Parts: sequence; structure tokens; C-alpha cells
Amino acid sequence: MMNWLQELPNWQPYGDPQYFIYLLVALIPVVVALLFGKRIKWYEGLVSLAFIVLMFAGSHWQQFIALIGYIIWQAVMVFGYAKYRQKADNKWVFYGAVFLDVLPLAIVKITPAVTMGQNSLLGFLGISYLMFRSVGMLMEMRDGVLKEFTFGQFLRFMLFMPTLSSGPIDRFRRFTEDYETVPDRDKYLGMIEKAVHYLFLGFFYKFILAYIFGTLLLPGLEHEALVAGGLINWPTIGVMYAYGFDLFFDFAGYSLFAVTISYLMGIETPMNFDKPFMAKNLKDFWNRWHMSLSFWFRDFIFMRLVMVFMRHKVFKNRNVTSGVVYVLNMTIMGFWHGVTWYYISYGIFHGLALVINDWWLRYKRRHKKQIPHNKFTEGFAIFLTFNIVMVSFLLFSGFLDQLWFHNH
Amino acid sequence: MDVKTEVLGMINDLFLEDVSDMMDEDLFDAGVLDSMGTVELVLEIEAKFNIKVPVSEMGRDDWNTANKIIEGIKELQNA
Repeated sequence: MMNWLQELPNWQPYGDPQYFIYLLVALIPVVVALLFGKRIKWYEGLVSLAFIVLMFAGSHWQQFIALIGYIIWQAVMVFGYAKYRQKADNKWVFYGAVFLDVLPLAIVKITPAVTMGQNSLLGFLGISYLMFRSVGMLMEMRDGVLKEFTFGQFLRFMLFMPTLSSGPIDRFRRFTEDYETVPDRDKYLGMIEKAVHYLFLGFFYKFILAYIFGTLLLPGLEHEALVAGGLINWPTIGVMYAYGFDLFFDFAGYSLFAVTISYLMGIETPMNFDKPFMAKNLKDFWNRWHMSLSFWFRDFIFMRLVMVFMRHKVFKNRNVTSGVVYVLNMTIMGFWHGVTWYYISYGIFHGLALVINDWWLRYKRRHKKQIPHNKFTEGFAIFLTFNIVMVSFLLFSGFLDQLWFHNH
Repeated sequence: MDVKTEVLGMINDLFLEDVSDMMDEDLFDAGVLDSMGTVELVLEIEAKFNIKVPVSEMGRDDWNTANKIIEGIKELQNA
């Protein structure tokens, strides 16, 4: 039955230069129409559908079935809760809806950990990002700020092709407003200009810098580090920096592509990175690194947990509350990356580091006069933050799992 | 007391900052508000004005200046 899908070629999003040519050519009618103040919804839908099908075609065809199943599951949750929320607002129903919405992703994340690396059949590329979008909708419905929406709007938001596989994570109300209002010509021309700039910056990041760090430098350094062995050695420090830069340029490059294609489609998808290695402290870093994810965690996990703890006066001291929630928030983020010791400890590492960072910021505020502040201290703060982040990325990379426990 | 005086008083009590001369300045950029502070302020506002502030509305574009917070409260009071 699914033979046709297996026969088709598989096109990974933004995978190679040809992909861009096909996608840009397909988008020409969309761009021309937008320049004349029109949105050809049916054509956009068709192009999106075609590229989504190709993303999961060939050997990945099972993921396409998983995607359809997951969309149906989420539609039932979102529309079921929307219908319920019109009449009542019991918090347990809300928690239940969120739990069921997250459940398939939890199964996908836990399966490899309990089956020695087997992947769940429920999984597909981008499942997390669909979960973030629909849980965001549930939260906003609970708050009463999101009330009415159509099935078409839901599908368009969930399956927005440029950001389907890895974000940036948009919000329903922001996205839908962009979609329903066509930008005027001046604004749209400005968006095209930015899109062109982002496209070339993305090429530079992903196909040159990430290639240098990830493909040319990293394997050699890893090999040397494994040969040297022990708990830590010099080549491992090299692995740390090469991996860190590869991670940034690869993901920032991808994010720039996703934003580029969104802009061409007249949608101002939020940016994901803002010079993260220039951060002055760790809090600042999380406002600059994978921003759409960290803001999602801030708005839907951090702030809501703080709200619950403070409302029920769980802790007397506000700093204890924020500290506990920092650690919880980042540990959950660690689990989301995957159920392995290194992802989870990466999360805990950042949680604890944020607690220390927060303590330092409070101390600095209280001792404004005694603590010097100048270009040199600022430079040192940036240097220190950068290196702490790099250490956390070494943990995140899983390389220590190979070095210490020989899990190749 | 009017909403403005109440809000300025709350910000003063919670964050030890007088923002009366920067009513339209972004309080996050100015370092007065952060996620933690936002929740504290919301809880105070809810108790004082007997309204329910949706957390989703506390996004950094909607409630980021003193004037916008005051406007937001007035809107919720009339809702």
C-alpha cells in the first residue's frame, strides 16, 4: 500500500544545495503573489505537503505513518480540550490533556534507553517540535487567551513546512496572525532582503564552518583522544571546542534556513540564536542560545512551576523557589534531549550553574560599590561563560561516554 | 489609590526600583523584571486587584513596560 512512498526519493530538509534550488523554484509563485498582496493558500499547502512527503519518503516511509498518527492524536487532544474548556476549567483535566499530549514523545524518548538503542515506531523527525507547538496551544487555552481556531489553522501551524523538522518553535497566535495578514509590499521587500542575507549566512555557517569543525577537525581529534585515553587529555579539550563550534554553526545554519524560507512565505518565524558566545553570564546565554526552545521552557515550565510553588507557598524564600525551579526546568530539558546519563547531567549541570549564576548576580547587586565593573571584567565574564558552556557541550556531546565507558 | 500608584508601589516593594520616570522603558532590558519577578508581580496584582492574569499574556512584548502593565490591569478589570 505504501509502495509509492518507498519509491520516492528522500529529501532531508536543507540537506544539500539541490534541495534549495527545488524549494526556491517551487516558492516563486508564493513570492510573486505576496508581492501583489495575495496569499495562494491552496498552492502553499500543496508545496508544503510535497516537501513534507519527500522528507519522509524512501527508506523513512514508516516515519510518515507515525507523523500522520501523531497529528491525529494531537488534533484529538487539542480540539477535545478546546471543547471542554468552553464549559469548564478543572486543572486535572488540563494536566491530563498535557500528559496525553506528551505521552507519545515520552515513549519515543524512553524506548531506546530500555531496549538497548532500539527506536520506537512512534517516532519521526520533528516529533518534539510538534509536541512543543500543541502543548503551547493547550497552555494558552487553559489561560483563556486562545479560544477559537479552525482545523485548517491548526494543521497549518503544526505542519508549517520550513520549521517542521527542528523548529524554531513558533506560537499559535503569533503564527496565525502572520498567516492571516499578508504583509504590505514595503514590509515584504524588507523580509526578502533579510531572507537573502540569512540564506547566505546560513550557507557559510552550515556548509563551510560546520564542515570545517564537524567533518574536518572533529573525527581526528576524537580518535587522538580515544587513543590517549584516561579521564581527560589534551585532544579531549580539542574535541570540546570543535564539537561546540560544530553544534552552533550546524544548528544556527539550519535555523537561518528555516527563518529564510518562512520569511519568503511571509511568516516572521522567531530567530533561534543571537550571538550566544558573546553572553556575559549563563542567564544571558539562555536568552541567546536556541532561543525558541529556552523561551518555551521559560514560559511554559519555569514560570508556571514558579507560579504553582509561590501560590501554595511551598518555599518561604524566593531564592530557594527560583533555585529549585531552575534545576527542575533544566533537568526536564536534559531528559527531553534523551534519556542518557550525559543528556541528563547536561541538564542538571546547567540548572546548578544557573543557581550559582543567580546567586552571583544578587551578590553583585548588593555590593555594587565594592565590585569593579569595566571593559576588562566584562571581557573576562564573556570568556568564563563561553568556557563553562563549552564544558557543558562536551558533556552533551556524549563523547565522554566513549572515552570513559568505551561505548562506541 | 489609582492603578498607577499601586503598580509603582508594588515594583518598588518587590524589586527596590523606582520606575516612575521610565514608564515606557522595557523593564526586562532595564534589568528590573525577569521571569521570576514577573510571577511575583502577577501574584501581587492578582491579590490586590482581584483579577486573574493569564500567564501567557505576560509575554515580553505585552507586559514589558510600566504603562503597558497598568493598561493591562485596567483592561482585565473591565473584562
